[in-house]
Amino acid sequence: MTTTAKPPPAERPATTPRAKARPGDRIFSRSAQVAGILILVILAGVAAFLVREALPTFTADSSEIDGGEGFFSYVWPLVFGTLAAAVIALIVATPLALGIALFISHYAPRRLAQGLGYIVDLLAAIPSVVFGLWGIQWLAPQVQPAWSWLADNLGFIPIFTGPASATGRTMMTAGLVLAVMILPIITAIAREVFLQTPTLHEEAALALGATRWEMIRMAVIPFGRPGIISGIMLGLGRALGETMAVAMVLSTGGFTWSMVTAGNNTIAAEIALDFPESSGLKTNTLIAAGLVLFAITLAVNMFARWIVSRRSEFSGAN
Amino acid sequence: MTGTSKRIDVGDLNVYYGSFLAVEGVSMAIEPRSVTAFIGPSGCGKSTFIRTLNRMHEVIPGARVEGKVMLDGEDLYGSNVDPVTVRRQVGMVFQRPNPFPTMSIRDNVLAGMKLNSNRLSKSDAKDIVERSLQGANLWNEVKDRLDKPGSGLSGGQQQRLCIARAIAVQPDVLLMDEPCSALDPISTLAIEDLIGELKKNYTIVIVTHNMQQAARVSDRTAFFNIAGTGKPGKLIEMDDTTKIFTNPTVKATEDYVSGRFG
Repeated sequence: MTTTAKPPPAERPATTPRAKARPGDRIFSRSAQVAGILILVILAGVAAFLVREALPTFTADSSEIDGGEGFFSYVWPLVFGTLAAAVIALIVATPLALGIALFISHYAPRRLAQGLGYIVDLLAAIPSVVFGLWGIQWLAPQVQPAWSWLADNLGFIPIFTGPASATGRTMMTAGLVLAVMILPIITAIAREVFLQTPTLHEEAALALGATRWEMIRMAVIPFGRPGIISGIMLGLGRALGETMAVAMVLSTGGFTWSMVTAGNNTIAAEIALDFPESSGLKTNTLIAAGLVLFAITLAVNMFARWIVSRRSEFSGAN
Repeated sequence: MTGTSKRIDVGDLNVYYGSFLAVEGVSMAIEPRSVTAFIGPSGCGKSTFIRTLNRMHEVIPGARVEGKVMLDGEDLYGSNVDPVTVRRQVGMVFQRPNPFPTMSIRDNVLAGMKLNSNRLSKSDAKDIVERSLQGANLWNEVKDRLDKPGSGLSGGQQQRLCIARAIAVQPDVLLMDEPCSALDPISTLAIEDLIGELKKNYTIVIVTHNMQQAARVSDRTAFFNIAGTGKPGKLIEMDDTTKIFTNPTVKATEDYVSGRFG
């Protein structure tokens, strides 16, 4: 997950006479400044490394690149796979996470809510390799019939084109595993922002004659919107970058539109699977793919920021 | 705009938070098209009591009442009465202005209407917004920026926006829980003028800590008091406002209104 952190506001308001600078203030403002700058330095360092190491890929003759048709034709199926897995994960996880968060914050009795909160947090503590094992051993065979059904009945839609994989190790399954992995992230953040809704606003809605669900739609969700988007973005960040679970679950292969057959791969899984045995230009190619992933994540984050800031007037922060 | 303005009769009402008796044995009649003020020291149960008039106390877990609250003869606590319906008839304005920060001024006014009717034609919505904001003496100040967020207004304007939001649904009764306590004197005056106009159409009940305010705006005044911490609040005396402030029957009322305690 890459986040563009703002450097802390360093300028003081011009006051006359100038306030006496106390050592505590100065130490704190310095250390905050250093922390803020550090994140930019690290980000720049990573970006510089990626660009430097990726450069040979872009100058090399296209026949030398994996696949023999240049970097672009090598990387775009991976970009497609990365986005497809992440989108499936988000489509499944977001409504579920918001539902759980609302249940915990506004519906469940307090004791049940607490227990449920812990359990959801616990889900975030499971290592991804365990999710991978679970996905391959248990989930894939369980969901395989569903993918067969989709291929048989909705096969005319390109993403459900059959024949479905007999093992169930498909993009859909990988997406489902990712959904379970990002569920606790989105839930935890949504739950926190829902709990932050000022009682005043909830009461305003109730006093107008809102039912509980109407109150949630009128006061809780709009108030939590920036937080919900942040949570989704954090989840998306994990889904885009997740390596192990996808590498284990997905039966990789070349590009296909179908999400229910074997095939496709994600950037992160491709790097993890190929990097140990790569050398020379292949290494540079994989790093270039990493650069592309970095750029995608950055773009997604900036887009999310833009969505939030577009309605900042209405955030209630003024 | 005309609400129907109904009378309220409270019969021997006890309010509990769990097992704690917060308000005991209140009986009173609140006349339509009048302003009734509740005064009394902090913690005497005025705010608790006013919230039982639209069942808003039920928001707090464990809060319950015994006794009767009749709105034009209909028991608000009848077994088949939905609190949601009660709150649509009995509007409320809170201590701190609470417009929805995520909504524009227009949407704030329409918030209650959107709950009541699924479809609202554009021209109806426009009429309701103008009428309600005019009713709250806010129209001239905001008519050019209806799409701006309600939270960008001043405190006094926000409170009048909340009043507009409450009267947009044409309730029968308007409850105001210390509506001016967070406002400056000029905004307070604006709200008090507004209360004077609103009482032509609504039954108004107002809780206030400001006795001059009670004297200025209300027709009837109810004095609540509490014997000590942990004891229930009680209605001590209720009468015409002029009587309460000049010649009350009970000694404690006189002490309170003349500033000797509280």
